[in-house]
Amino acid sequence: MRIEYRLPSLGADMESATLTEWLKKPGERFTHGEPIVTVETTKGLIDVEAYEDGQIDDLVVAPGTKVAVGAVLAHLIVADSAPPAAPEASATAGSSATAASSATAASSASPAVTAPPSPATGHPRLSPAARRRAEELGLSAASLEQAGSASILHVADVERLAAAAPSSATAPPPPEPIDPRAAMRGAIGAAMARAKREIPHYYLGLDVDYGAARDWLARTNARVPVQERLIDAVLITKAVALAAARIDGFNGAFRDGRFEPARAVHAGVAIALRGGGLVAPALLDADRKDLPALMRDFSALVMRVRAGRMRSGEFSAATITVTSLGADGADVLYPIINPPQVAIVGAGAIREQPAVRDGQIAIRPILTLALAADHRVTDGRAGSRFLRAIADLLQRPDGL
Amino acid sequence: MIASVRPEPGATPSTRPAAVRQSYRDAVRESLRDALRADPRVFLMGEDVGRYGGSYAVSKGLIEEFGPERIRDTPLSESAFVGAGIGAALGGLRPIVEIMTVNFSLLALDQIMNNAASYCHMSGGQLAVPLVIRLATGAGRQLAAQHSHSLEGWYAHIPGLRIAVPATIDDARFMLAAALACSDPVLLFEHAALYNREGDLTPGLTAVDIDHAAVRRPGRDATVITYGGSLPKCLDAAASLAAEGIDVEVLDLRTLRPLDEAAIVASVRHTSRAVIVDEGWRSGSLAAEVTTRIVEQVFYDLDAPVARVCTAEVPIPYAKHLEDAALPSPARIVDAVRRVVGRDGDG
Repeated sequence: MRIEYRLPSLGADMESATLTEWLKKPGERFTHGEPIVTVETTKGLIDVEAYEDGQIDDLVVAPGTKVAVGAVLAHLIVADSAPPAAPEASATAGSSATAASSATAASSASPAVTAPPSPATGHPRLSPAARRRAEELGLSAASLEQAGSASILHVADVERLAAAAPSSATAPPPPEPIDPRAAMRGAIGAAMARAKREIPHYYLGLDVDYGAARDWLARTNARVPVQERLIDAVLITKAVALAAARIDGFNGAFRDGRFEPARAVHAGVAIALRGGGLVAPALLDADRKDLPALMRDFSALVMRVRAGRMRSGEFSAATITVTSLGADGADVLYPIINPPQVAIVGAGAIREQPAVRDGQIAIRPILTLALAADHRVTDGRAGSRFLRAIADLLQRPDGL
Repeated sequence: MIASVRPEPGATPSTRPAAVRQSYRDAVRESLRDALRADPRVFLMGEDVGRYGGSYAVSKGLIEEFGPERIRDTPLSESAFVGAGIGAALGGLRPIVEIMTVNFSLLALDQIMNNAASYCHMSGGQLAVPLVIRLATGAGRQLAAQHSHSLEGWYAHIPGLRIAVPATIDDARFMLAAALACSDPVLLFEHAALYNREGDLTPGLTAVDIDHAAVRRPGRDATVITYGGSLPKCLDAAASLAAEGIDVEVLDLRTLRPLDEAAIVASVRHTSRAVIVDEGWRSGSLAAEVTTRIVEQVFYDLDAPVARVCTAEVPIPYAKHLEDAALPSPARIVDAVRRVVGRDGDG
């Protein structure tokens, strides 16, 4: 069966991406999860993975082209028995549709966000030489589309288009001179504005005695080589993931008016980028991996993210997010939910603080956890149980 | 398999002092005379080549000059005299066999393909067949279906043969020497409609090759690729297109096997548009082969689909108006070029 392969939404804030590189050629086969194309979003280069096994039939979009979410990138041949789009695909499409509807009048580009890109006009038909000339002149697909698709565009037409609109059509050549930091800030802003606009957040905080965890970590790390040492963030993430697997209502996505619980726990971890910006790719199956494995995944993820190369699976798969400020951060972090997720746990700096223990005032390492959760799904009572579960898990770190 | 060693031409053909206006027929005859004079191993053999002077009068007068031993009339059996030519070539002679029309060559197809084209390959290079076969080809003289077809595209399909097509006075005059110098069997296709055409021999020219295509008219808007009897039509079309401001390059393939792919690629890369004019039928034609080479090599330089002007897929009609309608004409070539350059009337 021949299906259309569309640009998925790799995050609720993503409206478009620039196709950077095809990793597969027409005729080449791929398996589920294998990267087939690299796109550049405001968050960096992302290898988009295949949703199912199949074969490339033809490529529609050339590298260097900026396309909207939902645009057809290629045609694939997949087995007939498979549904036209795997759950992941429809899930991301759903979230992008939500994004579009909430974008309202702010963005005139929003119609392109919904699935079929202007089916009435279709792609402009260019001769091979005209296509190459358009690339040389930096004419975008959009400006060529303005010429209409009734006739075929030749080199002369492309040159005429480029000459006719030197300021509007060709002025922004394909590598648009946008400040990547500003673009990322815009993306973060869009996602967070949507979260604050749509999600009725409630917030809960809990001071957790981190002593047991700290001592266990110190003992464990003393026995292993430096590169295998665990860090607090991994321990906390594991505890959050286990709690999310046990207590309903915090792991999943809110789409189309209802909560869709996720079976696996893919813990998004907020990673600050050098030079500014923030991304939250997922540690897949965080509840089921042991700590050394989770640590290896975490290190690899941070390296990939800071190198600017992420995989679509880990980028859009998170079902819950953990964000921690580290040792020199603020005491409490009140996080904002990353849509379409329904919960996020913020971890403040672990600091020495007077605490009451066995009726005595003692100096203890304290970690303040703050939960932001979606009131459409849970309320404060469930949130409290969730936070308490995390705290309990951190008291018995060898069980993590 | 093509013989790896190509002997140098044995002797330089005699040069004529100044530019001489002559017919294609005279040029071919002069090339025969040169060859017969230059090498005692050369002889001409075929139906009516001797006393009658050739059915197109190409060999008129040669029997008087060289005698019946070297200008040999044969029985009406293409298979027999082509086979005899192959044997003579294997035995060390340099036979030139004339087949009256390419239609009749089908009677000798077994000799040409299974023997002449195969011996070098089948003997591991030990046996060369330095045979030249001259064939009249093409339509336009109301000779009807059995004398008018253009089957050179078929022969260009066969490994082991070289297919050369003189379209100009210069090539008519000197291609034979290049063919005789080649140790592979060479088929020289002479378009019957060209024999009466006159032109100037390039002064000082003494030899041509049978390896390269030639740009007969440089241009930048489109390449018209052709050979043989269609070349004059293409040049006429190019001249009238020039009056409309369309600058056409005309590429004469000259050799259909092996094709000069580099020349095709270079020209089409330059103009981005190609029209192939081939008097063969379109289906499975040489034009199809050239089109495919272009698509394989120059696809990303193309600014329009490749166009072809070929003969209508009917046996060539006898009636003049029907024959004219079936064949590529300057008007059809002009239309095709206008189409690929986007000047076909509707913008």
